[in-house]
Amino acid sequence: MSNSIHLKRGLDIPISGVASLKASPVAADVIAIKPTDFKGLLPRLLVKEGDRVLAGSPVLADKNCPDILVCSPVSGTVQTIVRGEKRKLLAVVVKADEQREYVDFGVKNVESLNADQIREAILASGLWPSLIQRPYGILANPSLKPKAIFMSAFSTAPLAADTDFVLGSEMPAIQAGLTALGKLTEGGVHVCIDGNKAASTPFHKLEGVTLYEVTGKHPAGNVGIQISHISPIRKGETVWTISPLMAAAIGKLFLTGKVQLDRKVAVTGPVAVNPAYVEALPGIPMKALSAFYDNSKADVRFVSGDALCGTSVGEDGYLGWFDNQVTLLHEGTEREILGWAKPFRFNQFSSSRAYFSWLCPKKKYEMDTNFHGGPRAFVVSDVYGKVLPMDIFPVYLAKACLAGDIDKMEKFGIYEVLPEDLALCEFVDPSKNEIQDMIQKGIDLMIKEMA
Amino acid sequence: MEENKQKFGFLHSTVDAFDTFLRVPGTVTRKGAHVRDAIDLKRVMILVVIALIPAALFGMWNVGYQHNLATGTEAGLLATFFYGFLRVLPLFVVSYVVGLAIEFAGAQIKGEEVNEGYLVSGFLIPLIVPVDTPLWMLAIAVAFAVVFGKEVFGGTGMNFLNPALLTRAFLFFSYPSKMSGSETWISLGKGTMVDGATGATPLSFIGDGFDALTDAGVQYGTSFLDFFLGTIPGSVGETSVVAILLGAVILIWTGVASWKIMCSSVLGALLVGWIANLTGACDIPAYYHLVLGGFAFGTVFMATDPVTSAQTETGKWIYGFLIGALCVTVRLWNPGYPEGMMLAILLMNCFAPLIDHYVTDIAVSRRARKFNVA
Repeated sequence: MSNSIHLKRGLDIPISGVASLKASPVAADVIAIKPTDFKGLLPRLLVKEGDRVLAGSPVLADKNCPDILVCSPVSGTVQTIVRGEKRKLLAVVVKADEQREYVDFGVKNVESLNADQIREAILASGLWPSLIQRPYGILANPSLKPKAIFMSAFSTAPLAADTDFVLGSEMPAIQAGLTALGKLTEGGVHVCIDGNKAASTPFHKLEGVTLYEVTGKHPAGNVGIQISHISPIRKGETVWTISPLMAAAIGKLFLTGKVQLDRKVAVTGPVAVNPAYVEALPGIPMKALSAFYDNSKADVRFVSGDALCGTSVGEDGYLGWFDNQVTLLHEGTEREILGWAKPFRFNQFSSSRAYFSWLCPKKKYEMDTNFHGGPRAFVVSDVYGKVLPMDIFPVYLAKACLAGDIDKMEKFGIYEVLPEDLALCEFVDPSKNEIQDMIQKGIDLMIKEMA
Repeated sequence: MEENKQKFGFLHSTVDAFDTFLRVPGTVTRKGAHVRDAIDLKRVMILVVIALIPAALFGMWNVGYQHNLATGTEAGLLATFFYGFLRVLPLFVVSYVVGLAIEFAGAQIKGEEVNEGYLVSGFLIPLIVPVDTPLWMLAIAVAFAVVFGKEVFGGTGMNFLNPALLTRAFLFFSYPSKMSGSETWISLGKGTMVDGATGATPLSFIGDGFDALTDAGVQYGTSFLDFFLGTIPGSVGETSVVAILLGAVILIWTGVASWKIMCSSVLGALLVGWIANLTGACDIPAYYHLVLGGFAFGTVFMATDPVTSAQTETGKWIYGFLIGALCVTVRLWNPGYPEGMMLAILLMNCFAPLIDHYVTDIAVSRRARKFNVA
């Protein structure tokens, strides 16, 4: 194949606790739908406590674009509506039925549908928010025709779920989903597969899409990095991205007429007991995973997503809509005596040669959430580019975001990045800046100013 | 310590600085990446200090050695080192006490954590001044450099001039008689100079040609090897290229300093030296510039300061090259002052943001063109 991309820069984080490739079902009696999982969604509540919903019933709508709905993954009764400060809507908690009932959207043959029919079907089902629009990583605007649609068929994030294992059996659905989405754009669907197992991954059999073989360390599996190597986003352009997980859900919508968001979730992390996969739904409570952790000392951090850009949800929190990974980390509040001055710190990982972890390249580390230092101004200049396989200047971009300088943000590539793409820059930063947060604030400012 | 924090609440930054010096803070990540690399700025800075230790130790011995040569004293290795140690120690004390006091006060006023940047600056300053610099002058210079070179811009990471070099520049322009000439470079102590001995550094003969250079030292050797080993008079830490190279290996291996700046600086110096040879402006072989004066020390430890050097990788090549080239240019075509390294680095510090500006501009527009065509 001619479309092969090799990325030299990057870093695979050697964190322990990879999930073994076996999946068991997990029982959850409640499911939460969190508006905060959807960037750019201004939520309007469509249900009230005590209402009955089916799997596929709309629960939320977007105030800006009322056609965009968010659906319930289960059937049941709306138990509580959780609100935070200033009555901000945090979650809609649905008590699940034992037997799931679905809204029937009708089986459709994607080949015979046109773009409008496909758009309407996805919007009506409440699966439209599966599409992420770049720049800015927000809800896709249904009235736009994107330049192209991108999907990364593998993940290089720390301890990420093995895409082939979790979705290998759902290829017909993914194929149907991508065929449907392909009609929404003229630029086609572009799928990046893991170049190291290009022959064995079921994704290489996808048809009607442009395939790319990508090799390299993290963040090679990030769709944003792949886009910047395939067709960088310029000012005024929009592209949509979709994860294989959500492509499968859209495919199943057309193949079965039902909204089925069931997924295999990797429970991972250094403090996970016997890390493995569970069969679950988005929005399951973390407590449903109690077999995997011991939080008797209240020192576990529950991350929905991976250790670099997941969300800390707490023991009472819920799995995110787009996530198929939970990372369990130890809260590193212990204080190490003379930590930075010790010549050796064999149990700490550093990507730099300032420590000696380069001596054991195969070793996995039980990383915790300790900050390992104090916040400082940017000092060192060459560590960030080494972990970012993109042709941009990450520190200049972060500083432009800090300064709120729109012109400079544009110049240094704010349209091409999401915080997740610079997560590794944040990881390696000796000055401990919160780079992802800076980028997100920059993006928020862009949305506000450019609207 | 926790109690002390309550009790000395108004000294929060100071207490915190000592506390985090001894123990890694127990803070955990709040947003963004949940796990972080073990490296922090304290580690980066301490590595630079470790890289400076060979040059510092050799410098102390050399102070004693030059004293012995100039005064005709016979002494063993330890006694020689000890003489130098006693001479250099006060410089370290003044540099650290004055500098850190201002840093702590600044952090206290701003309510920030004390930045560890001065650990390095404080170690550099004694190594780049003549050993007999009066301590009160040093104290004023340090205070000037820390306040006006760094704190007014917001502390480490925000300054655009290297604070250690600014200290030296302040001394040089305020007290020139103590900073150049043939009286300053050798610590005589209570002794007197033996007949025929000179206090001038070889570098001061650079304008007079190769013969003058090799005749420079009456009491000390002037072969290339002597310059390379560093058994010549000069600022405390700058003379020994061997010790500096040891430090360079540590800095490059750990990735703390940029090898690109070091390489391009050497290239720049060699090119201008070679042009001078070719045009007959100077008959000293170009490679002599690498071992004379403060070139090696400046290239390895001062030009590579990550805050004040160019930030872009291409910019680093340009920045380093111009430092090397300017240094030798000042040495060869300037009647007043034999050494050009300090001024070359300070000048390029000022230009580093401009270099970066054009490098990023060109990179961004080239990329835009590439994808507009495609």
